This record gives sequence, structure tokens and C-alpha cells, in this order.
Amino acid sequence: MSTNHQTYYVPEQSKWPIIATVGMGLTFYGLASIMVNNSAGESTTGAWITFGIGGLIMVYMLFGWFGNVIQESREGLYSPQMDRSFRWGMSWFIFSEIMFFAAFFGALFYARTFAIPWLGGEGDRGSSQMLWEGFTASWPLLNNPDPEAYPAPKGVINAWGLPLLNTILLVTSSFTVTVAHHALKKNDRRKVKLWLGATILLALVFLFFQAEEYVEAYSELDLTLASGIYGSTFFMLTGFHGAHVILGTLMLVIMFIRIQKGHFTADNHFGFEATSWYWHFVDVVWLGLFVFVYII
Amino acid sequence: MHVHAKRASVFMGACLASNQALGDWTLNMAPGVTGSSNEIFDLHMTILWICVVIGIAVFAVMFWSIFAHRKSKGYKPAHFHENTVVEVLWTIIPFVILVVMAIPATATLVDMYDSSESDIDIKVTGYQWKWKYDYLNEEFGYFSNMKTSQDEIYNRIQKNEHYLLDVDNPMVIPVGKKVRFLLTANDVIHSWWVPAFGVKKDAIPGFINETWTRVDEPGIYRGQCTELCGRNHAYMPVVVKAVPEEEYNEWVAEQQASAERERELTEKDWSLEELMERGEQAYQTACAACHQADGSGMPPAFPALKGSQMVLEDVQAHLDVVVNGVPGSAMQAFGDQLSEVDLAAVITYERNAWGNDTGEVVTPKQVFDYKNEE
Amino acid sequence: MSAVIDTHDQDHHHGPAKGYITRWLFTTNHKDIGSMYLIFSFAMFLLGGTMAMVIRAELFQPGLQIVEPEFFNQMTTMHGLIMVFGAVMPAFVGLANWMLPLMIGAPDMALPRMNNWSFWLLPCAFLILVSTLFMEGGAPNFGWTFYAPLSTTYGPPSTTFFIFAVHIMGVSSIMGAINVIATILNMRAPGMTLMKMPLFVWTWLITAFLLIAVMPVLAGVVTMMLMDINFGTSFFDAAGGGDPVLFQHVFWFFGHPEVYIMILPAFGAVSHIIPAFSRKPLFGYASMVYAVGAIALLSFVVWAHHMFTVGMPIAGQLFFMYATMLIAVPTGVKVFNWVATMFRGSLSFETPMLFAVAFVILFTIGGFSGLMLAIAPADFQYHDTYFVVAHFHYVLVPGAIFGIFASAYFWLPKWTGHMYDETLGKTHFWLSFIGMNLAFFPMHFLGLAGMPRRIPDYALQFADFNMVSSVGAFMFGATQILFLWIVVKCVRGGKKAEANPWDGAEGLEWTIPSPAPYHTFSTPPVVK
Ligand code: HEA
Ligand code: HEA
Ligand code: HEC
Ligand code: CUA
Ligand SMILES: [Cu+2]
Repeated sequence: MSTNHQTYYVPEQSKWPIIATVGMGLTFYGLASIMVNNSAGESTTGAWITFGIGGLIMVYMLFGWFGNVIQESREGLYSPQMDRSFRWGMSWFIFSEIMFFAAFFGALFYARTFAIPWLGGEGDRGSSQMLWEGFTASWPLLNNPDPEAYPAPKGVINAWGLPLLNTILLVTSSFTVTVAHHALKKNDRRKVKLWLGATILLALVFLFFQAEEYVEAYSELDLTLASGIYGSTFFMLTGFHGAHVILGTLMLVIMFIRIQKGHFTADNHFGFEATSWYWHFVDVVWLGLFVFVYII
Repeated sequence: MHVHAKRASVFMGACLASNQALGDWTLNMAPGVTGSSNEIFDLHMTILWICVVIGIAVFAVMFWSIFAHRKSKGYKPAHFHENTVVEVLWTIIPFVILVVMAIPATATLVDMYDSSESDIDIKVTGYQWKWKYDYLNEEFGYFSNMKTSQDEIYNRIQKNEHYLLDVDNPMVIPVGKKVRFLLTANDVIHSWWVPAFGVKKDAIPGFINETWTRVDEPGIYRGQCTELCGRNHAYMPVVVKAVPEEEYNEWVAEQQASAERERELTEKDWSLEELMERGEQAYQTACAACHQADGSGMPPAFPALKGSQMVLEDVQAHLDVVVNGVPGSAMQAFGDQLSEVDLAAVITYERNAWGNDTGEVVTPKQVFDYKNEE
Repeated sequence: MSAVIDTHDQDHHHGPAKGYITRWLFTTNHKDIGSMYLIFSFAMFLLGGTMAMVIRAELFQPGLQIVEPEFFNQMTTMHGLIMVFGAVMPAFVGLANWMLPLMIGAPDMALPRMNNWSFWLLPCAFLILVSTLFMEGGAPNFGWTFYAPLSTTYGPPSTTFFIFAVHIMGVSSIMGAINVIATILNMRAPGMTLMKMPLFVWTWLITAFLLIAVMPVLAGVVTMMLMDINFGTSFFDAAGGGDPVLFQHVFWFFGHPEVYIMILPAFGAVSHIIPAFSRKPLFGYASMVYAVGAIALLSFVVWAHHMFTVGMPIAGQLFFMYATMLIAVPTGVKVFNWVATMFRGSLSFETPMLFAVAFVILFTIGGFSGLMLAIAPADFQYHDTYFVVAHFHYVLVPGAIFGIFASAYFWLPKWTGHMYDETLGKTHFWLSFIGMNLAFFPMHFLGLAGMPRRIPDYALQFADFNMVSSVGAFMFGATQILFLWIVVKCVRGGKKAEANPWDGAEGLEWTIPSPAPYHTFSTPPVVK
């Protein structure tokens, strides 16, 4: 750990953080206004504009900020120690994402092992049956305690159809991105592009199928966000996973562009590595989903 | 500012001659009137004393240093540090003390969780902001509202001795019997607490929680809702009257009879005056908390009824709002909470009070029909 | 613990940027950012404190006199939220920003630009949060614990804004914590092994870990709320198969570690201050480190002690009761260590030491009441009464806040280059000490006598102690203006501070001049 302490790069003043703050503030404020105005039955135009401006600022900021980092890195300002800082940063960021999903998985397990059996009249709080006559516990939940407030879905997604296919796609994409990484380490550009391209393709197909599945759920199965705890957990988990896949795909695309531009060397390509870590994380979350949301 | 003056003088008085107001300066938990509450009290005292003793020991060492080992006294610092024996000891000894505490705590908890073999079952439902007690074996039930007036709350008149802790219809239970409570709620989470029983349990919408008590001494016991449940969380007291068994049986018979009378009242022909009189009462207990005694409400949270379009015109809509409530808002469905007579009275009252002089009468029969045609 | 040989040249960098905007808005300097965090935190302390003053004024006597119940509930909620997320946490991050690089011999934080972003997100989040006070239907009014369904189905429209404000705070905290971890793990001067790190660094390392582990869970739970409110899901609604208690489990999985986030850095700071003014090394460095680790790990398995009355199965009750009680052991180790450090030292009582000693005594009292709350059957009586309010103000005010005051006085000479006014400092301490005890000790009695929390109005038998408590609170509150004055005075001038103004203090931060130059340790020192 004693290497190169002398040259730790401390950037000069930067405008990006404050731009990022304004961007994020506007985006979130706009989003909240859209929702609140919507439920109050008021116009959401202004809110959408705020949201849009915030979003654009965020995009501008991302390009600018990362642009700065890339430039500094390519100018050779960064030491191996800086590289370690980035690694720690990315690892702990992924850890925080894991905890975010952990909260949702926790909700799923709680509903299945405690709440629903209790509502169905089981266990220490068994007298609940007083309240929900005619409700029997089951999972997936195809009858809700109060079917009027929350109409139940007609059916659930079959795990061995699209979900299985998607699992195969995503696991494969984890392999392809690794192959691309190894190629990058050997500085074999052509191969990197090939396998990275394949990864992106797999990701897009995954997203397409995922969208297809949602359409099916809404239009044929009546499985919606509002169809009780089954629909709630289903869409929350797969939805946030999907959002992460989209983000990961964007990262992959940017890596592809950077490779195209000739960025990265065989031993200095942290941006690429971070993206592949992220991609593996998304993959692992999916495996959890496949098992706990679709199969069991 | 009457209360202010009184309290200030008590405060001053207490500072000068502290025996004057000792009654109010309660320092400790009260042991209560049930087995559980006594066990809790003993547990509380045991742990309190253990903590006090540990505290004295630790602080004694500290104050010794503070007084004796001062630089200003020219005390030269020692340089010792790390001593495995000491460190192991001060890990193990607290651990042992904790185990000693855990044993009686576990025993008490196991006792308190045993709600089997009850003599009487009462379903307790929390509403914003009142309680409903259903006697499951006797098949009657009623609401329990706070009785303290707005005038007392806003310091316009002298506060009653049981300020905020008085209800119109207390829960009544017999002494010496095991009473099981089945708690739930209609809207948000409430929590039903009677300190003297050592019973506190959350009432959670959609779920039932069980707890129980067996009261040894007759008396009136007071408590409050202890889970933040919105605006009037401070104003939903719990009052339980524990009476000897014979008295309890009489009371049950009386309740059943009056439920019967209530049913008969529905059939009766009511005049506008009668309805207004009854309506005003019902309004003050059930509605005034939100819509205010003078019908002015608290817009935007609670709409004014005085001059309200709906109240002046559309009877059907008025009935619908009061009977079925407005889902997702604080306006509850009063259909099950009030009798047909009270519903009719309250609606009539609203349509004729505070200058809403529609002159219309809504009869109990009308309400009855409205409810049944749904 | 650590000594330095290498001298370090710190002048091939230039000083702060000239313009106001460039200096503060665009800064990447850990000292600037640290100062901004500290100033922001103090502003929030005043704001949250003013709300507490409204609460105490209404509770001065029974009846409603100053505010209506819905506003009272908003005050309680905002007071809790602002103090926790706006005052205490940012103050610790500010201290971390200032002191971590100095303590480990690093030129700056590991990710300086992100550091700036972490800070600026806070004013942004609190702008949104405070703006809810002016929205239709009012600010959040469901307590800082925002239990569903009061906060979902029955919440005011501004709840959605509150949720997004929490998201932004979460982003800020997570990034701040990532920065701290990266800095500590990667930027230590050569020779500073983990077990040579100053304790403040250790406690912050573990705090940062807690933050990264639980802030996303908070984000998760508010996201579920958001969906229940706006997208028709039923996580917390039994009618659709959800459970309001699910909310509480997820919230407290965050909430309990959160309270340790608010105390561990204070533990660290006090572990510097007590040895310094005892002129004697910390009694057991290693056991202090292990104790913090143990507290952090245990903090993940005790959350349901906030939920003893929700009707958990008895096995759950017992598990959470035992686990909670266990925390007394490592915390005891810390208390005993501090006392043993003082024992036979050569003690002097400058302001930082006064606050540190009061910290140990009063935190321990708060810990004891915590232990009483941990006894599940007894908690049936204590829960949601002022006994709980007394408990947590004893661990938070003389715990977290006194810890921060102690740190501020301890390091002010390093930050400003001047000594603060010792007489005023001592006055601040004694008035705070008396006011604080007067305000919060009677709350134990109120709770035991049966006064529920979160009520704007109470039964007559609680009147006397409430009045005492309010008087104490006003006294404590007014005293904090004095602190503001002391700091301003110290920034503007005063006796020049030496590099190490405390004869017993040790550590790298005391090897550089006071005030600390804009850039320090551009070349790392070597620690033996
Ligand atoms: C800095 C913040 C902080 C800290 C450090 C603590 C520390 C502890 N807390 Fe506290 N707590 C809060 C902040 C904090 N708490 C807050 C904010 C709430 C309320 C939230 C809300 O509802 O709004 C709360 C509520 C709360 C409850 C829920 C009460 C209820 O709502 O009914 C419980 C119950 O178990 C509890 C327990 C404990 C325990 C056992 C500790 C332990 O860590 C204490 C350990 C310390 C000691 C025990 C003293 C020193 C030890 C010795 C000298 C050794 C020897 C001692 C013995 C063997 C006895 N706390
Ligand atoms: C770190 C956290 C922290 C801190 C420092 C404090 C500080 C204080 N708290 Fe707070 N408190 C909480 C965290 C904290 N609190 C939490 C989490 C809750 C639970 C919320 C909930 O139930 O949801 C709570 C709840 C709470 C209640 C219970 C409310 C209720 O249940 O209805 C009360 C009641 O007295 C109270 C009082 C005070 C007082 C008097 C101070 C004082 O120490 C404040 C002193 C500071 C100042 C006063 C500011 C400085 C002075 C000025 C700005 C000048 C103006 C001065 C005057 C007008 C005199 N707090
Ligand atoms: C807990 C508070 C609360 C109580 C108690 C309450 N109401 Fe309401 N009431 C409301 C709210 C909130 C609304 C507005 C509902 C909406 O439209 O969103 C409302 C609406 C109404 C309306 C419709 C007014 C209009 O102009 O649209 C009527 C009529 C009414 N209430 C009658 C009553 C009666 C009669 C009672 C007592 C038996 C009562 N309310 C008790 C909160 C309450
Ligand atoms: Cu009901 Cu509080
Ligand atoms: Cu806790």
C-alpha cells in the first residue's frame, strides 16, 4: 500500500457537483409535483417541465463530470492509489444497491411467511379470521382479503416461459462480458467489441422480453401493481431490477463507444471493470428474483 | 389564563414548600391492580436498582479521579494501560448481570402472552379518535368517546378533574375474571393502554392482536391511546370500570335491553325538534372534532358543513357521505358507528343548524331504508 | 499511538480560490466542505431546536394555547427529522471531513468532487423538506418514524415531497459514507496500520459501513410508501395482503443502526479528548475498537425492540429482548475504558473535557434507561410514553450533541488558529448541563406516571413536571446562542493557538500548524 503516495490527484474546483445538485433537486421536485398534482386532479404541465429540465441538467452533468474524469485519467493524472479509491467506491456503491434490494426481498419474505398466513387465520394472530372471512392464505396470492379494493389477478407468470429464457439470456451476458474483459486485458480490440456487442444485444433482448411480460401481465392476467401484495412485490422487484438493467445497458453502451474511441489499455480500464461488476450484480439479483419471485 | 396562574403557583409553591403539592409530583410507576402489572412493577424496580447500583459504582470511581487526580493539585499521571484481567472481568460481570435480569423478564413475558381460557372476550376497535367495544359473547357493542369539552381544551372554562381522561361510555368488566381483548383498528394504528393493568397493545388495521387482563380490585381505571394516530391522538382516552360480578351481569342485561329500545326508536315518528335535540348531542360527540361545533370545519383538511352545497341540497349524497364515508379520507363510514336514530338526527341537525335552514327532516326510517337498499 | 518523522511540505499547492462562488460552491477541499457541513448542521440545530421550543411552549401547561394539534404534530415530526438528519448526522460528517484526512495523513478525501456533491445535496433535500410546511395540508405530521398507514393512506399530500427529500438525503449520506470508507481504507499515511488508526477514524469507518448498509433500506421503505400512495400497491394495507407492521420492520431495520450512527463518532471523539485532558493514554485501545465493532454488528439484530407492542410472536419478543440487552456489554466496555483512562491521570477541565465527562455520565444514564426499555414486558408500560422521550434525549443531547460540542471546542484552535474564550466556553457548558437535565430528567417521571408521547395536551396530573421541563428547555435553547457567539468570536480573533494547544493531545492533526493550512499532507508523513 505504499506505492505512489506522492502523487494523489486532488482535483481543483469543479462546477459539476453543484450542477448535479440542481439537476437532482429539480428532477425529484418535478417528479413529486407530477404525482401530487395528479392525485389532486390539477395540471401537471409545470411539473413535467421542471422534471424535464432537471433530467436534462442531469444528463449534461453526467457527460461533463465523467468526461472530466476520463480526460484526467487519460492525461495520466491518476495514480494506482486513485484507482484503488475508485475500486472501493464502486464496490461499496454496489453493496448499497444490494441493501436496497434486500429491503424489497425482505418485504417479500415477510409478506409470504408472516402477513399472509396471519391474514388467513394462522398462528399467534390467528383470530384475524374474524376480519377477513373467506380469505385463505396461498402464494401466489390469487385472492385478496378485500377483493373489492384490490381485485386479484387471474393468473401468474409461468416461471418456465419467458422468465427462464430471460435467466438464460442474463447469465449468458455475464459470461460474454467476462470474455470481453479478458480480451481487453489481452488488448484484443476486435474481440472486445465482438463480445461487448453481444452483451449489449443480450441485454436488449432481455429488456424486450421483460416488457413483453409486463404487457401480458397487464392485458391478459390482470396482474397489476394494484392487484394485491403479489402484484406489488412482483412489479416492485422486477421493475427496479429492470431499471437497473437499463442503467447497466447504458453503461455497457458507453463502454462500447469508449472502446471504439480507443480508450482503455490492457492494465488501465477501470471504467470497463466497474461496468462489468455492475453487470454481474444485476445478474445475481436476477437469479434471486427468478428463484423467489417466479419459481417458489 | 386561569390554569396558567394555578400551575405557576403550584410550581412556585412546590419550590418553596415541596410538601404542598406532592400528590402531583409522581416520580415512579404505580404497581397497578393486576398480576401482570405487579410483575412488571417488580421487574421495573429490580432493573432500576441494578442500574442505580452500577451507576453509583462507576461514577464513584470517576468522581474519585475528578476530585483526587487533578492537574491543578499537582497530581502526576500514571501510565498504565491494557490489563487483560480487568478487561475480561468488566465484560463478564455485566453479562452475568444481564442474564440475571433476563430470567424474571422471560417468565413475566411468558405469563403475559398466555391469553387462553378467557371468561369474557371483548373486541376493541380503534377509530380516529374513539374506541369501540364489542362484547363478543353477549352480542352488543358501543362506542366510547372522550367527554372533555372543547371549552375545557381551549381554556375557556375550568378543567375537570379527569380532564382528557373521561369518556361517555367506559368499558365495563367484572373483577376476578380473565378478560381477553381482541384488538384491531378501522383506519390507522392505535394502541390501547391501561397503565393500572399493565396492558398495552397496538390495534392494527386488518389484523387482530390478543391480550388479556384479570383485575383484582373494583374501580375506574384510566389510560390513553399511545400510538400517534393523527390530529386527535391526545383525545382518545381509555376508561375501564371494573365492577363486582353481579353488577356486571346487571349492566349486561341493561345494555341488551337498551339495544332493543334503540331498535324500537327507529320505528317511532320523530319531530324536527326532537331530532335536532338528539342530533346536536350526536354531532358534538361524533363530528365536532373535525367539522367543529359551529359547522365551520377546518378547510382544507375538514370541509365546512355550514353552507355546504351537499348539506343544503342533495339528501342522497349527504346520506351516502355520512353512512359510507369518503374512502381514503378522514371521513369515516358512520353507518356502523351510529344507530339509525343518531344518523337521522345528525343529518337533520346538519341540515338545519347554523343557518342551514332547509327545514328538511331525515327520519330514522329513511336511513334504515337507505342502508338496506344498498 | 502514532508519531511522525517525515516533515511534510505543504506549499506547492495554492490556497483557496478567490471568488466566493468558486470557493464555496465549486470547492473540492475537505476543510471547506467540512466547514460547510458544520455550519449547515448548526443552522439545522437552531431550526430543529426552535421547533422543540414550540413543542415545549405548547406543553408548558395543559390545554391548547399556542398551536393546533395538527401543527403540533408537524412540529414533532419536523423536529425529529431535522435533528436526526439535519443536525447530528451532518455535524459528524463535517467533523469527519475536517479531521479524517488530518488524522491519517492524507492530502484530502479520496473522492473530493463527490464530497462536494454529498454536501450540496443536503441543503437541497432540506429545502424540499422544509418547504412542505408551506404546502396545502401542511408538512408531514406522522412522527419522524412515519408509520403506515397514517403516513400513506392518511398522510397529507406533502408526503410525496417528504419521500423524495429522504431519497436525496439518502444519496448524500451514502456517497458521504463511501467517501469516508475509501479515504480510510486507501489514503492512510505509510505505516499507519489499521490498529494504529486513531479511534475517531475507527468509529467513522464503522459508522460509514452502517450508513451504507442501512440508508438504502430507508430508501427502500420510503419507495414502498411512495408506491402505496401513488401507484395503488398494497405493501402496508391488509386489504391487499400487506401489513402495516411490515413498514415498521423495514423502518427499524434502518432505524436502530441509525441511532448508533448518531453516537459512534461521538464515542470516537471522546476517546481522544479524555486521554488528552487526563494526560494518560487511552486504557484499552484494542478493546475499544472491538467494542465498536460488536455494537455495530449487534445493531442489525435488535430492531424490533421498538415494536414490542405490535404483537410479535413470543419467540421474536424474546430474541429481540436478549439481543438488545447484549449491547450493554460492549457499551459498558467503552464506559469502563473511559473511566479507567481518567483514573490516576492528571486531569484538567477545559471546556472540551467538561463536555466529554458530562457525555460519559449522562450517556450512561441514557443507556441505563435504554436497558430498561429493552426488557420487553416492562416496555409494555414504557413504550410510547415520555420515558422513551427521556431515554433518547439523554443519549442524543448529552450524547451526540455534547459529543459534537466537545469535538468543536477541542478542534476549534486547529480550525481557526485561535483559542476560544475559555470562560464563555465553561459558561456554555454549565448552562447547557443544567438546562438539559432540567428539561429531560423530569420526562422520566412523566413517562412513568403515564404520559404518552406526541400529544399537544395532557391530563392535569402531568402539569407540574411539564412546566419544569419547559423551563429547562428554554434555558438550554437560549444557551446555544452563546455557543454561536463563542464560535464567531473565535473565528474572528483571540489568543493565537499553537500547533498543539493541549499538552496531552496526540495525533497527526496536532503536528501541523494552527490554523491548518489550506492543503495539508500533500506528501504523506510516515507513521512509525
Ligand atoms: C444515540 C442514540 C441512541 C443510543 C446510543 C441508544 C441506545 C440504546 N437504546 Fe435507544 N433509542 C433511541 C436512541 C438511542 N438509543 C431513539 C432515538 C429511540 C426512540 C425512537 C422513537 O421511537 O422515536 C430509542 C428507543 C429505544 C427503545 C424503544 C423504546 C420504545 O419505543 O418502547 C429501546 C428498547 O429496547 C431502546 C434501547 C436502547 C438500548 C438497550 C441502548 C444501548 O445501546 C445502551 C447501552 C448502554 C448502557 C447500558 C450504559 C453503559 C453500560 C454500562 C455502564 C455497563 C454495565 C451495565 C449493565 C450491565 C446494566 N431504545
Ligand atoms: C439529535 C436529536 C435531537 C435533539 C438534539 C433534540 C433536542 C431537543 N428536543 Fe427532541 N426529539 C428528537 C430528537 C432530538 N431532540 C426526536 C427524534 C424526537 C421524536 C420525534 C417524534 O416523536 O417523531 C424528539 C421529540 C421531542 C419531544 C417530544 C415531542 C412529542 O412527543 O410530542 C420533545 C418535547 O419536549 C423534545 C424536546 C427537545 C428539546 C427541548 C430539545 C433541545 O435540546 C433543543 C435545544 C436547541 C435549541 C432551542 C436551538 C437553539 C436556540 C435558538 C434557535 C434560539 C431560540 C431559543 C428560544 C426561543 C429559547 N423533542
Ligand atoms: C375524522 C374527521 C371527521 C369526522 C369525525 C367527521 N368527518 Fe365529515 N368529513 C371529514 C372529511 C376529511 C371530509 C371531506 C371528505 C372528502 O371529500 O375528501 C368530510 C366530509 C363530510 C361531508 C361532506 C361535506 C361536503 O360539503 O362535501 C359531510 C356531510 C360530513 N362530512 C358529515 C359528517 C358527519 C355527520 C359526521 C359525524 C357523524 C362527520 N362528518 C364526522 C372528516 C370528518
Ligand atoms: Cu388513537 Cu392515538
Ligand atoms: Cu433501537
